[in-house]
Amino acid sequence: MKQGTGPELRRNLAAFAIVSVVYLGISLLVTNSYYQLILALVPVWALFGVSWNILSGYGGQLSFGHASFFGIGAYTVTLAVVYWSLSPWLGIVLGMILGGVAAILIGLPTFRLRGHYFALSMLAYPLAILYVLQYLGFQEVSLPMHRDRPLVFMEFSEPRIYTAIAVGLLVAGVVVSLIIENSRFGLALLAIRQNELAAEAAGINARLWKMRSLVVSGMMAAVAGGFYARVLVVVTPDSVFGMLVSAQAVVVTLFGGVASVWGPLIGAAILVPLAETLQAELGGYLPGIQGVVYGIAIVAIMLLSPDGLFWTIRDRWFKPKAAAPIPDVALMATAPRAVRAGVPLLVVENLSRAFGGLKAVSGVSFSVTEGEILGIIGPNGAGKTTLFNVLNGVLSADEGSAQLAGQQMLGKKTFEVCRMGVGRTFQVVRSFPRLPVLDNVIVGAYGAGLTDHDALVSAVRALHQVGLQDQSGVAAGQLTNKQLRLMELARALAGNPRLLLLDETLAGLGRKECDSVLDVLAQLRERGTTICIIEHTMHAMMRLADRFVVLDHGRVLAAGLPRVVVEDPAVIEAYLGKKWLARQHA
Amino acid sequence: MDLEILIENVLNAVTAGVTIGCIYGLMCIGLGLIFGIMRIVNFAQGELLMLGMFASFYLVSGGKVLSFLGPYWGPFIGALCAAPLVFAGGALLHKFLISRVSGLRTAGSLDEGHFGQLIVTLGISLILQNGGQIVFGSTPVAVRTPLSAEAFLIGPVYGAATVFLNKAKLIAFFVAILVAIVLYMTLEYTRLGKALRASADNPTAATYMGIEVDTAYRIAFGLGAAITAIAGGLMATYISFGPFVGFDYVIIMYSGVVLGGMGSILGAFWGGLTVGFVQQFSALILPPQLQNAAIFVVFLMIVLLRPQGLFGRSAERA
Repeated sequence: MKQGTGPELRRNLAAFAIVSVVYLGISLLVTNSYYQLILALVPVWALFGVSWNILSGYGGQLSFGHASFFGIGAYTVTLAVVYWSLSPWLGIVLGMILGGVAAILIGLPTFRLRGHYFALSMLAYPLAILYVLQYLGFQEVSLPMHRDRPLVFMEFSEPRIYTAIAVGLLVAGVVVSLIIENSRFGLALLAIRQNELAAEAAGINARLWKMRSLVVSGMMAAVAGGFYARVLVVVTPDSVFGMLVSAQAVVVTLFGGVASVWGPLIGAAILVPLAETLQAELGGYLPGIQGVVYGIAIVAIMLLSPDGLFWTIRDRWFKPKAAAPIPDVALMATAPRAVRAGVPLLVVENLSRAFGGLKAVSGVSFSVTEGEILGIIGPNGAGKTTLFNVLNGVLSADEGSAQLAGQQMLGKKTFEVCRMGVGRTFQVVRSFPRLPVLDNVIVGAYGAGLTDHDALVSAVRALHQVGLQDQSGVAAGQLTNKQLRLMELARALAGNPRLLLLDETLAGLGRKECDSVLDVLAQLRERGTTICIIEHTMHAMMRLADRFVVLDHGRVLAAGLPRVVVEDPAVIEAYLGKKWLARQHA
Repeated sequence: MDLEILIENVLNAVTAGVTIGCIYGLMCIGLGLIFGIMRIVNFAQGELLMLGMFASFYLVSGGKVLSFLGPYWGPFIGALCAAPLVFAGGALLHKFLISRVSGLRTAGSLDEGHFGQLIVTLGISLILQNGGQIVFGSTPVAVRTPLSAEAFLIGPVYGAATVFLNKAKLIAFFVAILVAIVLYMTLEYTRLGKALRASADNPTAATYMGIEVDTAYRIAFGLGAAITAIAGGLMATYISFGPFVGFDYVIIMYSGVVLGGMGSILGAFWGGLTVGFVQQFSALILPPQLQNAAIFVVFLMIVLLRPQGLFGRSAERA
């Protein structure tokens, strides 16, 4: 559990307990068997929505093919009863396991894709399964009755029991979802959704967390599907693997409010009865009118409330307190990192990287000693950012080596490089705009593998170091450019790195802002942090850096003490051109 | 003898694959335009195809507006005439619904407004499908032309192996190629094409360059709808269809567009052609129920091997 989320979690659970009890109370009052069926189906679709929400809402990995898991659950329960007379109770468990296995098998190849490609590829899986099932002759399978053992085979003459079981399953799903939402799992997913590269650079293993969310989500969807099959007694490939099933998960969640556990519940509670009632009342009258009304309803709501009902209602009536104060944690003074002067920390040898014919980085060698601030300068397009991207694993190197305290950095993934103790900031700030500043920074601490308590302490300390302690509750999207730069720095610091790679941290800052950031960097050096910084602002670099490495056209042009380097004619020529140099000498 | 049958089957699969594939290609270009330029996942594209089919049907067979053209030329001219009708419909859809959840309004917001677009296009899809059922009825219809029952015979090529070229499909194929070429030239060489491509590449920068991005998007959406509608009109000459026909083809369209690489108009065409080819060839070795499953398996294999699609490029700057 994330530190300090207890009260919020308890409030949500209490609210949900009340809703469940009221819902069951209502089901006691309903006598019409058709409406009782609707009451049993609402929690099922809500559970399916909750499962979709974990992967696609929190994690932002849109899936149009969640019917895969729903259908696997449904067919497992059905076929297990048909062939093995297996109790649906166990069938649902078996379906859940198979749903998890399917999630791994689908996730392994598909997570190589991103964005729309991922979303649309997911669509292909349930449809491929659908056609195969049709081919195998499972067009319409019904669950055989076992009147002798109704309890084992979930055959209840009292339909309210189905509603009660469905609510029970939903309770379990909601608890799982709330635990995820309030733990490092959820924070990692939110971070990945908002900026995957930044999450990786902060030490988050994006692939692994996405996979975990798909497995949890797939298991939950299979449970929903399994119980759905038991309630409806008949399954067809279209009714559990069809595109409309996948769409149902998407629609109830987005309608109700994405990335909140309440969203799918609200969506299912409104849309399922609406669709069913329309079908019953109007469907016989004028076939098609129910679909038109339903379509108009969801379009209208989305135009009025694009993020879903939950968020609109919350923003209007339950506005959260603007800025939570920084949590009060005991910050023990930590000793500065011991610096062994003159010992090289980062050694780069003969590093090259080409894009087609363009050698962006070519045969670059340099080293950074402990406690040093190395300035990397050079004209635009010299290969500075590419160098950083190769060093922290965003790009692969063509040849060469880069060692951090004797350990090879190249060939590792971005999050692994981060865990070796390399923090990174980006030329264009990559923040998690919807998360508060504190959570942005905690992501960095979690990335380094700290426990919940240590992560909070480390994040708060990092915020103090950069002077953002008063903004900890503000969403990152509302910060000024300078504050964003400092926040990104704090995120890198929260993992307690040995080496910081700073990419144009001062870009776009005014003189005064620039000075205050420089002060922060100077303090970091006092505390023993080694820094590699790319920068254009020469006056700032002259003040800050111990040594310069000058890059031009991907090669090291010069290296050495700042005073010496800026006098070097080759450097002046690279920056200002031959003519300038000639005039200087004339 | 067996070899002759095999050769005949393969040759016929090739010709059917090429003709049907090119019509699919045109259909995919329509979606590719909308997807590539506006980055909208439009679930209602299948219904735009359906509207194209019915527009062509009412112009040619139902309403007899174009019946003076006769059963030979009428259906194909009808398919082309469906374009302006569906263009207008698409532009209106964009003006009143799509533009509210897309374009500059949502650029830069979290997920670029994709969630809202999904629901809105799904809703439109439901409205058009079910509205279609009310207006057009649910009995399948077809644009009748004697050409769909006639074929050119080529051969015998090898022994008794003969290639059958269905006349309706062949003419539809030529019309599809022609429309695709005209569209490609328009996008490549006219001011409108440049404005559309600029709006696709960077809507904000395009605005600064004086391009009315919202109008460009409206045209793109209308154009995408119209192109798919033409493909629908052409297909209507050789298949029968009802208001829910879009369902079967929207997935084929997405497969084609993703295969070709999003944002590439030529890619969308090749992607559609690939899907048509796979469909026809799988008929040689697989039972008919598995033809569609084969499309998805091939689709997944290609996308997983080449995540950016056959013709796309992917790059993200750090």
